[in-house]
Amino acid sequence: MSWLTNFVRPKIRALVRKAEVPDNLWDKCGACGQMIFHRELEANLRVCPHCGHHMRVGVKRRLELLFDGGTYERAELPAVPLDPLRFRDRKKYTERLKEAQAKTDEQDAIVVASGTIGGLKVVAAAFNFDFMGGSMGVAVGEGLVKAAEIAVRDRAAMIAIPASGGARMQEGILSLMQMPRSVIAVDRVKEAGLPFIVLLTDPTTGGVSASFAMLGDIHISEPGAVIGFAGARVIEETIREKLPEGFQRAEYLLDHGIVDLVVARKDLPAELARIIGLLTRQMPGAVVPAPLAGGNSGGK
Amino acid sequence: MATFLDFEKPIAELEGKIAELRHLSDGDDMNIAEEVAKLQGKAERMLRQTYGKLTAWQKTQVARHPERPHFIDYVAGLVTDYVPLAGDRNFADDKAILGGLARFRGQPVVIMGHEKGADTTSRMRHNFGMAKPEGYRKAIRLMELAERFQLPVITLVDTPGAFPGVEAEARGQAEAIARSIEACLKLQVPLISAIIGEGGSGGAIALAAANHIIMLEHSVYSVISPEGCASILWRSGEQARDAAEALKLTSEDLRSLGVIDEIVAEPLGGAHRGKPQIIDGLSEAIDRALQRFSGMSGLDIRDQRRDKFLEMGRQGLSS
Repeated sequence: MSWLTNFVRPKIRALVRKAEVPDNLWDKCGACGQMIFHRELEANLRVCPHCGHHMRVGVKRRLELLFDGGTYERAELPAVPLDPLRFRDRKKYTERLKEAQAKTDEQDAIVVASGTIGGLKVVAAAFNFDFMGGSMGVAVGEGLVKAAEIAVRDRAAMIAIPASGGARMQEGILSLMQMPRSVIAVDRVKEAGLPFIVLLTDPTTGGVSASFAMLGDIHISEPGAVIGFAGARVIEETIREKLPEGFQRAEYLLDHGIVDLVVARKDLPAELARIIGLLTRQMPGAVVPAPLAGGNSGGK
Repeated sequence: MATFLDFEKPIAELEGKIAELRHLSDGDDMNIAEEVAKLQGKAERMLRQTYGKLTAWQKTQVARHPERPHFIDYVAGLVTDYVPLAGDRNFADDKAILGGLARFRGQPVVIMGHEKGADTTSRMRHNFGMAKPEGYRKAIRLMELAERFQLPVITLVDTPGAFPGVEAEARGQAEAIARSIEACLKLQVPLISAIIGEGGSGGAIALAAANHIIMLEHSVYSVISPEGCASILWRSGEQARDAAEALKLTSEDLRSLGVIDEIVAEPLGGAHRGKPQIIDGLSEAIDRALQRFSGMSGLDIRDQRRDKFLEMGRQGLSS
């Protein structure tokens, strides 16, 4: 620990946090435009009470909402080489990383957590979209490998929860190599006879969708989530026409047989428990909902 | 008429002059012959100089050179008894990925790869080497065939990327790529890949999760095109040059990152200036790689591939 981490970082964090509170009393629904009081929105699991639009939810809250009683144990993730390419665009990658770390209080864009859902053992690998758009680099790949190892070790089901724009460009080819790497990880879970379930959340695109995220035994999605390989803008530029209504949304993928189920956020724990119970010949207990946001959040 | 890249302009001018002089002489004019020989020596020196220090962006252009040998050229030179196989048995035959049975130095193999096409008509037919889900599903089918008959698989990678389109998404582009990567990684026969031109992102890795990965000297392999990267990170496609440098997409960079295993040297001035040499070089490399894995058990072959990919990224640039 140095003066930088002990003194400067908390100060900066305090500064950043203060600014957040007063402005955020009301949220505007991105779909219907209604204003929603923040407490009401949190109580409704960040789903618009007027139109049912599922807003993005932070990774910690996401995990609380899944695991029994909102509690889980975080896995320590191995350190990886930072900035392997010494990448710099208009800004250095190391600076972007530091900013994302300060903003999210996380090391990288994935959290690996174990706990139970309906009393059944589960390891979740959840992406943090707030960390550089949930992009997948070496650290994220390492997280998926770790999650798979824990699942096999503990004979637990693995749930991957992508929320990612795709590969982390700043790690160049090494980010592309996380695609095969993540595939190896989840195949080990499958070969061990354990369920591998993907909960596709908004957004799941690019190299993330074209690897582990499309290899689940079961694919579940939240309503309205954007899921696809190529970005809508790239497709529009290629074919030079407007995209069909609802293109690349969860319901579109359900229609095309790529997603099995579209499930509302509040029903996810029970649905996951039911599926894992069926696949592993167990009878799940009742799911225990998480306390309201701001309460105890599992963690180490 | 040969196509010259913008940075080859001085060489193009010299070669133009040489052609002109040749046209003037009727064969036995000593002065002109001497002049031609002198100019040819100069052109070669310039070529050597230019190609000795290509930038990442210049390599990208060489890798995309319209006359660069493509899958069809390699199949003609690398293997015999080629039996092209069509389709994913489901939807269509995607001509962006070609493949079939063949003999490589007498040994039966499955060979497949992206084909970009060589003129406007064939480029359209092959969709510029950009595959749709049925292309990757055809690749999976061919890998399964290889596994069933214990044939080694050779893949030649040359694609700008997977095709971005409405129908491709509707039929599960992401799923098809993911399954193709998975098929590569599950194979219990040797899989040897060569990046022969452009290794464009997910569309490339779908065929390249291999035991041994070869790259031709001036090929490029990247998570995103320099243009795409520039337009996202620099907010302007103009910076493609800088993006190409930053992405570390050249064969030397990728070898020091531990992503590829071997570089095959290209003839002076790039693969398109000496097709027989590059085919020979690649043939030697593939042969050595296949010998390395012959006699290994199926599980060992699969595990070697898995271990190699699990390690990727755990170390940074070694230089």
